[in-house]
Amino acid sequence: MLDINCLLDNLETGLNRVIHERKLAQPLMIGLRTGGVWVAEALHQRLNIQEPLGLLDISFYRDDFSQIGVHPNVKPSQLPPNIEGRDIILVDDVFYTGRTVRAALNEIFDYGRPKQVVLGVLIERNGKQIPISPDCSGEQVILAANQRIKLTGPEPLAIHIETTASHD
Amino acid sequence: MTDNLQLNAEGKLKHFLTIEGLSQALLTEILDTAESFVGVSDQQIKKVPLLRGKTIVNLFFENSTRTRTTFELAAKRLSADVLSMSIATSSTSKGESLLDTIRNLEAMFVDMFVVRHAISGAAHFIAQHTAPHISVINAGDGQHAHPTQAMLDMFTIRQIKKDFAPLRVAIIGDILHSRVARSQIQALNALGTAEVRVIAPKTLLPAHVETLGVTVSHNLTEGLQDIDVIIMLRLQKERMTSALLPSESEYFKCFGLTESKLKIAKPDAIVMHPGPINRGVEIESNVADGPQSVILKQVSNGIAVRMAIMSMAMQPHGVS
Amino acid sequence: MMGKIHIRHGRVIDPANEIDRIGSVYIADGKIASVAEEPAGFKADIVIDASNQIVCPGFIDLSVRLREPGHSRKATFKSETRAAASAGVTTMCLQPDTNPVIDTAAVAELIKELAEKANYPQVYPIAALTQKLEGNELSSMLALKEAGCIAVSNANQPIRNLLILRRAMEYAASHDLLLMFRPNDYWLGNNGCAHEGPVATRYGLPSIPDAAETIALDQCLELAELTRCRVHFGQISCKRSVIKIHQANKYGLNVSADVSIHQLHLTENDIKPFDSAYHVLPPFRTEADKQYLRQGLASGTISSICSDHQPHDIDAKLGAFPETDPGVSSLETLLPLMLKLVSQHAITMEQGIAALSEQPARILQLRSGALTPGFPADVCVFDPDMDWQINKQNWHSRGVNTPFWNQTFKGRVTHTLQAGKVIFCVPSYR
Repeated sequence: MLDINCLLDNLETGLNRVIHERKLAQPLMIGLRTGGVWVAEALHQRLNIQEPLGLLDISFYRDDFSQIGVHPNVKPSQLPPNIEGRDIILVDDVFYTGRTVRAALNEIFDYGRPKQVVLGVLIERNGKQIPISPDCSGEQVILAANQRIKLTGPEPLAIHIETTASHD
Repeated sequence: MTDNLQLNAEGKLKHFLTIEGLSQALLTEILDTAESFVGVSDQQIKKVPLLRGKTIVNLFFENSTRTRTTFELAAKRLSADVLSMSIATSSTSKGESLLDTIRNLEAMFVDMFVVRHAISGAAHFIAQHTAPHISVINAGDGQHAHPTQAMLDMFTIRQIKKDFAPLRVAIIGDILHSRVARSQIQALNALGTAEVRVIAPKTLLPAHVETLGVTVSHNLTEGLQDIDVIIMLRLQKERMTSALLPSESEYFKCFGLTESKLKIAKPDAIVMHPGPINRGVEIESNVADGPQSVILKQVSNGIAVRMAIMSMAMQPHGVS
Repeated sequence: MMGKIHIRHGRVIDPANEIDRIGSVYIADGKIASVAEEPAGFKADIVIDASNQIVCPGFIDLSVRLREPGHSRKATFKSETRAAASAGVTTMCLQPDTNPVIDTAAVAELIKELAEKANYPQVYPIAALTQKLEGNELSSMLALKEAGCIAVSNANQPIRNLLILRRAMEYAASHDLLLMFRPNDYWLGNNGCAHEGPVATRYGLPSIPDAAETIALDQCLELAELTRCRVHFGQISCKRSVIKIHQANKYGLNVSADVSIHQLHLTENDIKPFDSAYHVLPPFRTEADKQYLRQGLASGTISSICSDHQPHDIDAKLGAFPETDPGVSSLETLLPLMLKLVSQHAITMEQGIAALSEQPARILQLRSGALTPGFPADVCVFDPDMDWQINKQNWHSRGVNTPFWNQTFKGRVTHTLQAGKVIFCVPSYR
């Protein structure tokens, strides 16, 4: 059983360490829609970041458009105009294949050239498909292919593992 | 008589030819998607990679620099490759050679046609005869439809008024020849607008106009009562020579939107115009540039709305 | 050499002679010999068993285009007379808008030659009312009449100047020529392509009000009164035309009218969006117009039905609706659509057959359109219950421009005889 507060504590500790090590100056926090935003909101408070949280919807940068088309519930991204030269903490709920982070980085770079980007996720699971890894995570878990992590929120924020009937 | 040609088997957009037959849910989805594309213009690099590697051809059989430019920009901001062709209609007066043009372009692996044509039904014709993987967007055909213009108008109205249900919208001017008006009326009705009112002299209204789902007024002073949204239409000069109107000055006197006429509508009424404006013919400059005018907003929204429609129509087809 | 033919066991319907009974038709020397007793010493060379079929006079079509001379890319005499034969049509009136126009005796003679060559001699050219159909100068009507033209008409071309129409009618009347007139005011028609109604409004199609037809019809009625010219109104399409013709007849003016078969079945609401197969002039109008046309036919105000056959090549119908050519390839749907009127109780079988034979013969003053002994043996035998699909196998016309393509109809011609010669026999009956 995964405890949300425990995960957030771990991630907060991890991020504080990275902020110190990498000397992040007045970092801007960006959450990935939808689950990443919920996690980021909690961290934003815990880390006492002054600047409003940035929101990123990576629908237009996904690499599977030719398979599934435009996501029907796409929401606007809300990033401050001054990305150029900034230190950024990117937050998502689950790190799985790495493709979402690839899309997010591309989108962020279209807004401007940040100085550093740090990636923090609540859970890092197995199944990576591209050479990207989080800088810190609340927990690392090994799951079967028919298992997935489900975050519900925003209030109350909860996390659990779903097992779907394996096909074929 | 429904128009399923523009939807695929799953009910998703395949072509965008007319508002007719599209559900409120689908129109709302277009507006919602467009909402997200607005932000792309705020990016330092004003494009998203959504349609990278896709080829879009703007086929303009009728000149319109403005519409062509917004379609071109929309396609480019989606990272598609765009080719714009202006084709003199004299060389393609017959369907045969129109099809030849289409076939030639198809052979160059085009993914989408954006078509503007002076004859009603031209976009339907191309959609019916083009290869199955190609999507067709109607950028205005004859007096039939101009659905992307209507959608950007809906987007602008929703931006300001939020909800269509309580709105009374007046469309003023040459309804008879206006493809924009036809598409606006269909869109407003599909989105549940309380009242769509057309205001024009009888010579500029099509027969049985009320069957489009509108109320009719021939008097601007009466017609502007209780109106939340005023849509002015462009008056073509040739309407004077074909005995539809006596003179520009008489038209302006009866149907021109002036500051004092504008006061008859609700105090928070907005003024729209699909452009290009004939100042002093259908609208006074003070009104066109005044605080209630949202005409420039319409222009900037045009890009986001067309990005939404192009990316939705470019959905993968036949994959499930 | 013409043989003797015996058609037996069929239901013989001959409205002109008020015959409707099971029996025989005897044909000899290209003429009807008898429809009652077997003529003495009659020995048939061919016997046609018409059991469960209807035997009636061959159909007379008041308005067709066979696309020759001038438009052989669309169709030819050979293809279209074949279509006519398969549809039970034994006589056709050819509109003058050929290329060249039928405004000289030479063109009229060429048409007779083309008909002979196609082994379908009963094609009557209609002479142009004005030279080149331009509506300015009178054609040489007498010479055209002598060359075999059966009437005069300006086809679909307008005569904008009423003084010219008046003089043309006076001149036609002087030579006892029938004027076949399709009423359409050029200016009110405004180059439209659809009925001025909700459908044209919704699709932004240039439209034609019914007043374009009724005003032109009114003017022509007044001129008929003035000039005493015999007038036949062709392909009328709307309610008030029926009323006006009814009134004119009531007040003693001798005018007649026909309606094209598809106008009795289709309305603006049947038009599939931008489907050029429905592009026809006059345009498909409203349900009320259709009902009035049907009633006009039942009451006799409209005496005949024509096919208004207009075959087109594929390219002519390939394009956005307004820029395509109007017209339907309609010879082969003539009978099944007439039978549909009967099954819908709009008219009786006898009225339907009369509207396709006796009535047009009367309008043209032809000794034909009936099974009267001595008349040319133009006979149509059809199976009223046979289902058939309109498709490539069954279709003879070069023009496939019909809104009924791939539809299944009831009623099919099995044999067509023209002047005693079997010019068509359905394959399964051979």
